[in-house]
Amino acid sequence: MKISHIIAILVIAVAIAIVISTASDTSSYVSFDQAYQMAQVDNKSSVHVVGELKKDAQGHIIGLEESVDHLAFTFLLIDENKKEQKVYYNEPMPADFTKSEKVVVIGKYKSGNFVASKILLKCPSKYQEQKLNASL
Amino acid sequence: MMHYFIGDLGHLFVITAFISALVSAWSYWKAQRTSELDQSWVVNGRVAFYVHTFSVIAAGAVLFTIMYNHYFEYNYAYSHSDTRLPVYYLIATFWNGQEGSFWLWMFWQAVIGVVLISTQRTWEAPLMLVFALVQGFLVSMILGIVIPELNFKIGSSPFILLRDAMNDPIFKMQPDFIPKEGNGLNPLLQNYWMVIHPPTLFLGFAATIIPFAFAVAGLWQKKYTEWVKPALPWTIFAGAILGLGILMGGYWAYETLNFGGYWNWDPVENAVYVPWLILIAGIHTMMTYKANKAALRTSMILVISVFILILYSTFLTRSGILGEGSVHSFTDLGLSGQLLVYLLFFTIIPFVLLAIRWKKIPATEKELTVYSREFWIFLGAVTFSLMGAQVLVETSKPVYNAISKWFGGEGNMAPKENAVQFYSYVQLWFAVVLCFVSGTAQFFWWNKLDSKKVAKEFLTPVLFSLLIAVIIINVLKVYNISFAVLLFASSYIIYSNIKVLISLFKVNPKLSGGAVAHIGLGLMLIGALFSSGYSKVVSLNNNGLLISKELDEEFNRDNLILFVNEPRTMAEYDIEYLGERIEAKSKSGYIKKNDVELTESPFKVKAKKDIFYQGKKLFSEGEEFEYNPENTFYEIEVRKGKQVEATLFPRVQMNPNMGMVTSPDLKRDITRDIYTYVSLTMNKEEEPEWSKLEEMTIKIGQQFFVNDYVAVLKEVNRIDEIQGIQLEKEDVAVKAIVEIQGERETYIADPLFLIKDRSKVGRLPSEINDLGVRVTLMNIHPDTGEFTIGLNTRQKDWVIIKATEKPYINVLWLGTFVIMIGLSMAMVRRFREK
Repeated sequence: MKISHIIAILVIAVAIAIVISTASDTSSYVSFDQAYQMAQVDNKSSVHVVGELKKDAQGHIIGLEESVDHLAFTFLLIDENKKEQKVYYNEPMPADFTKSEKVVVIGKYKSGNFVASKILLKCPSKYQEQKLNASL
Repeated sequence: MMHYFIGDLGHLFVITAFISALVSAWSYWKAQRTSELDQSWVVNGRVAFYVHTFSVIAAGAVLFTIMYNHYFEYNYAYSHSDTRLPVYYLIATFWNGQEGSFWLWMFWQAVIGVVLISTQRTWEAPLMLVFALVQGFLVSMILGIVIPELNFKIGSSPFILLRDAMNDPIFKMQPDFIPKEGNGLNPLLQNYWMVIHPPTLFLGFAATIIPFAFAVAGLWQKKYTEWVKPALPWTIFAGAILGLGILMGGYWAYETLNFGGYWNWDPVENAVYVPWLILIAGIHTMMTYKANKAALRTSMILVISVFILILYSTFLTRSGILGEGSVHSFTDLGLSGQLLVYLLFFTIIPFVLLAIRWKKIPATEKELTVYSREFWIFLGAVTFSLMGAQVLVETSKPVYNAISKWFGGEGNMAPKENAVQFYSYVQLWFAVVLCFVSGTAQFFWWNKLDSKKVAKEFLTPVLFSLLIAVIIINVLKVYNISFAVLLFASSYIIYSNIKVLISLFKVNPKLSGGAVAHIGLGLMLIGALFSSGYSKVVSLNNNGLLISKELDEEFNRDNLILFVNEPRTMAEYDIEYLGERIEAKSKSGYIKKNDVELTESPFKVKAKKDIFYQGKKLFSEGEEFEYNPENTFYEIEVRKGKQVEATLFPRVQMNPNMGMVTSPDLKRDITRDIYTYVSLTMNKEEEPEWSKLEEMTIKIGQQFFVNDYVAVLKEVNRIDEIQGIQLEKEDVAVKAIVEIQGERETYIADPLFLIKDRSKVGRLPSEINDLGVRVTLMNIHPDTGEFTIGLNTRQKDWVIIKATEKPYINVLWLGTFVIMIGLSMAMVRRFREK
């Protein structure tokens, strides 16, 4: 066998490994129900859940609780299937958290509670002003 | 007054730039078809390219004039700048938007084009045809022309008026409305890196077209081998500049942007990392071709791929496809279709050309053997390509989702949750292979070795680097198998290249660029291994307060709450939060917020007393000065025993559009950095919770305790005016002076007591922020000469920080610096080569 053939075989092997490693334990966007079921099967992998903060009729956020020392907080998130879930997050509350329209929580269920390891906020006005401030 | 002319002028220049690029391309195309003696088409193409370059520069000058003069009737000026930005940030705002950064790219490419016209006469026509076509596509991105019937927009012009860009009702009532102030520059970007990082990065982007254009020209002109020599120094130039741009981005992210580290495997970072890897692979194979006439086809594929990958990265970051998955992608300007056409055009044509000419490209018939340098270089190039592929496959997930949705699929693949670990771990093993391959390649490159000599040549380097690795592993406790292997590999590449370097220095030091760059790579890897692999959170919270009993103890707390003037311990240091600071615009130095008072202008404050910083007087009492009200610095003292080791000023910027934006501050030691940033601050707008009022009746000079601080009532005086308002004759106002002994200084509280119209009683309490104390003068007892003082206390001011230790990060910076030196040496050598 020529040495170039050996290299070619190695390259193909590595390429396959790359594709498999990328596809395996890929986290996906799921609902809370799916996330719960997944946690029953294996409690290692994390999932992404997209949702909105729970609000009352006046648009005030409800269910937001900060720890006494401000170092952690919990909130209620409603996923796209309208399921409500209490989410624990072990970091201080980001300053623009309450302004966010959509929240992506990345984490998993731990003994019935959803514990986020990371949250991403989507604030549409963050990078571009939508409306002009005419009073300027 | 609306300035219509200047915008129309800018737009005219953009259109001229577009048309002249097309004319130039057409002329150079025609020049190919005519005989070499007839230079008229070449001259046409050249002149058109000069016109194009002039128009591009002129369009940029017009746009800058609009921003410099704050013509907020233009959308670009309104959206990206404001009147308070200094000139150097106005320059930065120029490329803050997509249109400006496209401009920057085409500007560099035009400049490079002009340089190549004058230095590469024999290649001019085919080379510049590629340049002109690419320029045409780039200018089309800022063309801003709507095709009437189809309602199809080509490009997004930076010269559109605000009223056309924003659908605000005010323009219906008042079409000539001009806002007085713009939106300003995103606070994250108000940094000198924003002035130098994008130009460098885009110069790197622009430079990747050079090897691409040479390879395409070579294929097309059937000059399959000749293109390598003139292209090589420029390819190294592109590699060095693109690398420098990436590094600057990494350093910026580390030092200011608070992304947590210097490299986060963000899609935008990956999008330039991958082409850079392939570019470096291309440099190596081109060198092999020059030395051994091997790997010509590989070189062509690599340099063409680099440019396509640059286009792909442009597509990823600017089409909006990354969505919320990235911290720094641009907003979607509706250019995705146009970007896709651009990408496909330059992907399909070169590869079709390559396929047609494939058989004719000379290739060596010699079989590769492990004793040849070609073999090792080729293996290195393969490793680089696989490294790139691994990152690319994962980063492209949003693209798979888009394609899958196109075919009616679900497309809900999310990026990996632990992406950083995933990439780092795989890339680490590739880096190990790279070290062994390149360390070995060095010996074959400079020596003719056969099977007998090999064992002798390699025994010492392998044993010696193993020894070094074992020592480091034991001393620094690297008890992790993959890290230990990486350490061995890095020692090997450093050792073997130092050996080569020494022998080269005796012969010809000019040839040592490669060896130097490889040593840099080894150092960089060691630095990355320690600073990332052994980075740890040092601001661990140990107060035991859990948010909920439902959660287990795994719920660890990485943040630390610091109350003002209350020392805490962190990573064998005592740290103490000393309070909020601001920075004056005109003078450097941090000023206590307590020492200034607000004025009518939101951008000015007045000194309450003489202000000193590090013994230097900054302002006198009563002086007003400008500051940025969005910025607050949190002074944190780091001590070991009594010795003050460092004073940190992490910053928080409160921006109406961005919310809270934090910047870290670093405690730099030679062997490590302690990276500290503010993760949460008190909400000063909210009324704090005060304790119940506690009253005491005391005499002047009498001591008392407030919130455990010793206080004394110094004096009580009658005053005639309150905050500049003269009192009526029958009104009575008195001011008490209470001295409170704080941990670090003595504070003065001066509550007021006021009787107006003989019966109405008013009390103006005085607050000491640092101590969390409010003092009120409740009552006066003229008969006994006593005074009733009311006291409230609250939680003291606090700040929450997170701090991470990054060991040996300086080795990483040193390594990157050495790589740059090596690349520059190689570039200079290749430019001088006859």
